[in-house]
Amino acid sequence: MSLPYETHEYDVLVIGAGGAGLRAAVEAAESGVKTGLVCKSLLGKAHTVMAEGGMAAALANVDTRDNWKVHFRDTMRGGKFLNNWRMAQIHAQEAPDRVRELENWGAVFDRTPDGKILQRNFGGHKYPRLAHVGDRTGLEMIRTLQDRTVEKKINVHMECTIYRLLKTDHAITGAVGYWRESGRPIVFRAKAVVLATGGIGRCFRVTSNSWEYTGDGHALAYLAGADLIDMEFMQFHPTGMVWPPSVRGILVTEGVRGEGGVLKNNKGERFMFKSIPDLYKADTADNEAEADRWLAGDKTARRVPELLTRDHVARCIVREVKEGRGSPHGGVFLDIASRRSADYIKKKLPSMYHQFKELGGIDITKEPMEVGPTAHYIMGGVRVDAETQMATIPGLFAAGEVAGGLHGANRLGGNSLSDLLVFGRRAGLGASSYAKGMKDIPQTDDGQVERIVKEMYEPFDRPSAENAFTVTSDLQTTMEANVGIARVQNELEKALQDIASLKERAKKVSVVGDCRYNPGWHQVLDLNNLLICAEALTMAALSRKESRGGHMRIDFPDSVGEEGKWNNVLRQGGEGQMVLEKQPLPEMPTELHALAHDEKAPQ
Amino acid sequence: MSTQKVTLRVYRGDAESGELQDYTVEVSEGMVVLDAVHQIQATQAPDLACRWNCKAGKCGSCSAEINGKPRLMCMTRMVDAIKTAEGGPILVKPMKTFPHIKDLVTDVSQNYRNNKKITPFRPAPKGPDGEWKIFQYEIDRAQEFRKCIECYLCQNVCHVLRDHHEFSFAGPRYMVRAAGLEMHPADQGDRIDQLKEELGIGYCNITKCCTEVCPEGIHITDNAIIPLKERVVDEHYDPITALFRKVFGKKAPPNPAP
Repeated sequence: MSLPYETHEYDVLVIGAGGAGLRAAVEAAESGVKTGLVCKSLLGKAHTVMAEGGMAAALANVDTRDNWKVHFRDTMRGGKFLNNWRMAQIHAQEAPDRVRELENWGAVFDRTPDGKILQRNFGGHKYPRLAHVGDRTGLEMIRTLQDRTVEKKINVHMECTIYRLLKTDHAITGAVGYWRESGRPIVFRAKAVVLATGGIGRCFRVTSNSWEYTGDGHALAYLAGADLIDMEFMQFHPTGMVWPPSVRGILVTEGVRGEGGVLKNNKGERFMFKSIPDLYKADTADNEAEADRWLAGDKTARRVPELLTRDHVARCIVREVKEGRGSPHGGVFLDIASRRSADYIKKKLPSMYHQFKELGGIDITKEPMEVGPTAHYIMGGVRVDAETQMATIPGLFAAGEVAGGLHGANRLGGNSLSDLLVFGRRAGLGASSYAKGMKDIPQTDDGQVERIVKEMYEPFDRPSAENAFTVTSDLQTTMEANVGIARVQNELEKALQDIASLKERAKKVSVVGDCRYNPGWHQVLDLNNLLICAEALTMAALSRKESRGGHMRIDFPDSVGEEGKWNNVLRQGGEGQMVLEKQPLPEMPTELHALAHDEKAPQ
Repeated sequence: MSTQKVTLRVYRGDAESGELQDYTVEVSEGMVVLDAVHQIQATQAPDLACRWNCKAGKCGSCSAEINGKPRLMCMTRMVDAIKTAEGGPILVKPMKTFPHIKDLVTDVSQNYRNNKKITPFRPAPKGPDGEWKIFQYEIDRAQEFRKCIECYLCQNVCHVLRDHHEFSFAGPRYMVRAAGLEMHPADQGDRIDQLKEELGIGYCNITKCCTEVCPEGIHITDNAIIPLKERVVDEHYDPITALFRKVFGKKAPPNPAP
């Protein structure tokens, strides 16, 4: 089966309409180049809407001691010093302007008593730093950017999936995809392409991620020959819902802890006091009295241990459950009911209140929540230039979760939304100036287009054999069991074997029905992306023989100094096989090195 | 964990033709209707079309009519759907107001076209320190409107759109959007003429059907539409304002600055 295709031409084509994609498209359009936007869902539905807690920016509205240097230091420490230092610096320096800009475009943030943008505490951030709107900050961000996109009259191709990038020997020339509704192919010719496709969470069974998170951008870049980095670092958010089973994995915002919620085991102990990492001892209260004083605003007190970084909190929860101190359904208790008034909880955490009430039949103003880790965010991604966000292929750019580097081994909560804005804008700029350097829209290779289109519809011609949903589910099972939060060599090797046989099965998955709005067919195509991401994640995890940030090895429980000096880089080899290379970290200037390692916060 | 088998009666078909089809699903604890639809996709009908994204009531993609009631599938528990089905199969149909595409998916592009008619945010100049001083009490109302997840359930039940197909009315969602902008303390846009002429606010006769189905609990009629109607009336039907407009041109004196 093959269908005639329509062709569109843009200077800059942005793939993905979450925070990063929208921000990139707005920037490119404002710089005067012809910009197109493609998204798998309807406009305004991207995964960014699920972001809850806020966006981190050193505005210093709540604590005047805050500045970009402290934010940079916190980000580097949170990422266990594996971050691309230049990205972390740019991020910390530019985030405040990006937040103010969003306000100028109509975002309505919660306010301080003196009428400024309010900021809340979050894990790993020394000072209250997250600009927020209750617990629906992502929705505010996406709606504001969506309105801006409409105002700038950017052409949006909704419910359109990109299947492959087009390129010549040395540069990107466009992309091929299909309309979800009609199933018909669509071809884009473009001078530059920005990937803003989000993450890979659907590799796992228990995840906070939506159906769209099938690693499309990671796979598109990989197949086009670009480098991926840091793919072993998957963030398991410590607090996902654990009960009832059908909602397992849905996110419970870190904002609950930011607003004073505490973690307890089944003995009623605040277990987070039990193991405070050395890196954070100077900043963290070791007793409840001091923690309570900090929460009440005492600036001489140290922070609550519940707001240690996500990787650590998740590991502590796993330990409590494993040692028999978990909640009835295999999590721990998150209690805000005994800490804050019902009115306060409903005002600051309305979505959480609603979510538990509707889905779990639990009133969080009266009883504790049951929570446990859930696959949430991939720190790794397309390797990009810190200044322009260009990937290792000319004309290809990436921003947001699909790009790697900023977060190192572990992302701080709130650094994602600011990442989307800071690097979405930079990718838009980078792509636009790259496009301006070219005279004409590049020619695409008709033979290449025909081959890709044919391949896209090939599953319709297969005899009925495997079901794409079953193969996906089997992949999730093996990833959850073998490449989850606690990893060990033989299980990782088992996962690689499983992935190899799942790849064979994926070649046999067939499609029922025609190509019009057919989720079964979409799943066949998405599955290939998931398999690429799963393989990259597992290979990188096998190679890193230490524990660092989101990557924990039971067989190598410590962080090893030498291991912290390189990134894992993955790319496609000559025979189509995945190859891994260790690349030394870019060298950090001395003054930034001193900042990042400063025991006390820089002034 | 106990499981129970129930029948889901789902609309299957496209713009030309369609019919209700029965599927048996196994219900586990805490399951929602969207889980049941996914179970059907995975095991019985992989080509069953439905929209969904977040499965947590935040994106507004999975709107449908469950046992005749407009709901988000991800926020409707099977135990409740079994109850409202009163012993019969659970009926799941696409939203009726919008042109049908396939199975549970409808063409909601009219909403995106309506959205484009609204004058965007027009920011006031900043204060001397480069910031706006805005207090929480000034934005409580605008924040209520900005909770909207664009599920279009309000558009789906609005009888002006559903029964009378009067698409000169932009619908409740766009009254809420306009209200969110009009009540933003730093906005200087004027959407009053637009509300009357292009967005057709006069068509709404405040039956509050939209408010009843809003999954975010936005008081659409009382807090958005009625105050906007009052502003339209003040501007267009108040004799003094009308005289002012005649003498000095289009725009009446602005509300006092916050």
